[in-house]
Amino acid sequence: MDYATLLQLLDTTLRLATPLLFACLAGLYSERAGIFDIGLEGKMLMAAMASASVAFLTGSVWVGLLAGMLASLLMAGLHGIASITFRGNQLISGVALNFVASGITVLIAQRLFGQGGRTPPLAGEARFSSITLPFAEELQGVPVLGPLYYEVISGHPLLVYVALATVPLTWWVLYRTRFGLRLRAVGENPAAVDTAGISVVGLRFAAVAITGILCGLAGAYMATALQAGFGREMTAGRGYIALAALIFAKWRPVAALWACLLFGFFQALALRPDVVEAVVQVKVPVPFLDALPYVLTVLVLAGFVGKAIPPRAGGEPYVKER
Amino acid sequence: MASVGADARYAIELKGISKAFGPVQANKDIHIAVPKGTIHGIIGENGAGKSTLMSILYGFYRADSGEIFINGKPTAIPDSQSAIRAGIGMVFQHFKLVQNFTVLENVVLGAEEGALLAGSLSKARRVLTDLSREYELDVDPDAVIEDLSVGHQQRVEILKALYRQADILILDEPTGVLTPAEADHLFRILKGLRDQGKTVILITHKLREIMETTDNVSVMRRGTMVGTVKTSESSPEELAELMVGRKVLLEVEKAPATPGAVVLKVDDLRVRDEHGVERLKGVSFEIRAGEILGIAGVAGNGQSELLEALGGIAAATGRITLNGAELPLSGAGADGRSRRKAGIAHVPEDRQALGLIMDFAAWENVAFGYHDAPEYQKNALFMDNDALRADTERKMATFDVRPPIPTLAAKNFSGGNQQKIVVAREIERNPDLLLIGQPTRGVDIGAIEFIHKQIVALRDQGKAILLVSVELDEIRSLSDRVAVMFDGRIMGLRDPETTDERELGLLMAGIAEGSKGEAA
Repeated sequence: MDYATLLQLLDTTLRLATPLLFACLAGLYSERAGIFDIGLEGKMLMAAMASASVAFLTGSVWVGLLAGMLASLLMAGLHGIASITFRGNQLISGVALNFVASGITVLIAQRLFGQGGRTPPLAGEARFSSITLPFAEELQGVPVLGPLYYEVISGHPLLVYVALATVPLTWWVLYRTRFGLRLRAVGENPAAVDTAGISVVGLRFAAVAITGILCGLAGAYMATALQAGFGREMTAGRGYIALAALIFAKWRPVAALWACLLFGFFQALALRPDVVEAVVQVKVPVPFLDALPYVLTVLVLAGFVGKAIPPRAGGEPYVKER
Repeated sequence: MASVGADARYAIELKGISKAFGPVQANKDIHIAVPKGTIHGIIGENGAGKSTLMSILYGFYRADSGEIFINGKPTAIPDSQSAIRAGIGMVFQHFKLVQNFTVLENVVLGAEEGALLAGSLSKARRVLTDLSREYELDVDPDAVIEDLSVGHQQRVEILKALYRQADILILDEPTGVLTPAEADHLFRILKGLRDQGKTVILITHKLREIMETTDNVSVMRRGTMVGTVKTSESSPEELAELMVGRKVLLEVEKAPATPGAVVLKVDDLRVRDEHGVERLKGVSFEIRAGEILGIAGVAGNGQSELLEALGGIAAATGRITLNGAELPLSGAGADGRSRRKAGIAHVPEDRQALGLIMDFAAWENVAFGYHDAPEYQKNALFMDNDALRADTERKMATFDVRPPIPTLAAKNFSGGNQQKIVVAREIERNPDLLLIGQPTRGVDIGAIEFIHKQIVALRDQGKAILLVSVELDEIRSLSDRVAVMFDGRIMGLRDPETTDERELGLLMAGIAEGSKGEAA
């Protein structure tokens, strides 16, 4: 494999890792607060449909992005009401919302556009275009690093850089702010938060709302940046891969970045079976590459790569004792 | 408008507090006045309403009626935040700590200075240093909670309250998980707090602690306040009588043991938990017929594993023989049913998890483990439920279970009556060996007396008894020999007549005979 092919692969990796990263960090906020969210997939799908539809109808990708975040927030709110207010089973609520999203997105898109559940292709202002970072052209001539900067780092839609910036931001919020301390505490021992006079319900809803916003960004990126429009089931299990990445990263933000980049790299490889064959000298079936993230996650869960301890109060509705 | 009779000499004054849960009146017209700068004890049996009263004070429940005065001012406490603002700090029986946070983070949680943590943490570090110097509350502020002993975790809870500038500290059953030395240290801390003008409320069922520590004590019985007395003018006997409403025998009456042949012989018994960590590290002992061997120790030092291995619940290695016959320790034949057939009855430590099925009726619970007994069978196919119910009724009469209704679900009995059902089931089968864990945990004083008498009576019939309890008083008054466990090993065997609490306490803390001279 030559350097140019490698750069191409890395470029694709970054593009494909972005929705994973948004969704993974979304799950991180929710699960750190003790609310398991298997419904990342459904939220992304809703956001993808809403953002593509609104972007097409208004001609503005920004209005589309806003609509995507609102749609995802709505789903997050439903999950919150089911699992926080009514103390329902978080897995069942998440699965149910995924089913709802899977059906209703196609229904709405079909109703609006009558194109078999797709939105019409987006173009121009209705889509995020790529940004060229400063000096990308000028530095292209610098050996090794120049092409790396030009090909891989530069030339992505804005949301890619937002996703990358969300990683240190999340780290800072989690470990350096009052909100972060309380968020981590409520996922470990809500009784400690409650007896300290802080509202468990309020904190958890705040966390679930952040999850909604980040999933909205993930879905909007899928439909208005990575691709040009919404299509049936277009998220293709990325919500689940993001959950796998979250476990792989042991619920830590910086590790989440590396996990998503790794899983994004696998997805990029799956698009280039010819490169894989050239490197390992054996024809590797694409489904095998697709399955790699899950295989790795199972290995992590089995304890081969250190121990993954989920937040202790995760999945348990909080009921006051005494 | 301040009510008549509000008095600023009192840190807390409750007037006419009532609280009902459905038909159950948990608190009935409670009046109590706690003078500032004193340690005030509240005792009462389980279900007497102590915890409900304290939950009202800490804003977990709202009283149906009545008034709360803090420092003479009428105060509404609708939630925990208001309680904290009113200067009330609470140390719960089950600590409310975040296990993977540092001490500092736990102290700061909910009492942060601003949106960013750095300032709060450095301020808390300064305050903690001062507090620990002032009150013997040394804890490393950067230690992670799960690495600390329970005694230290409790200090963190106290520090949390003090950091929130609590003037009134409420402790709910604080010594249940402590060694005697840790408990003594705690009481020194509490006395130090009192001498600095703080008010301490100590909720406990241990009369000895009340007598040693408190200035005044209030006694509750069945939701009402029976009375408040000066501790120095009272006696344990008087307090016990106030709690139960009748005279109670605090000391167990028993004749000297007349041990017979060896019933159980245990050799190098070892148990590993599910993570492969050895919890029981080679334990050997014998119990003879007509003898009670008491196992003392702080909870979690291998006592549970010992009971489970002997009861056939956990797999073990080593060798056990019952009346000379070896019993399997793992695989076939190492289960509760085979053990019962062999003549080992087991009253488990956690009766609600292992001793009973809480949603099942009392008569069904009486059958468990013995459901294939011939007298419960009608024919080859069907059980004789009428016979079983009649048998349950008879057992309930013998063991004074209240209410004596065989069809009532186990969860509807009080802790003491649940325990009586389990003890009745196991003892009435006439076992050669009785394993009994925490026989009186969560059991009220009246029932404790009864269960203790049953255990001694069984011994006097020539049975062997292994008693595991974290209550040192119980071990000392019932046992004919005492073994102290620490870290999965038996630290030493003692005669309860000649040993004292100090010696047992050192063994419980893992200080072995070799280093005894040094420690003394």
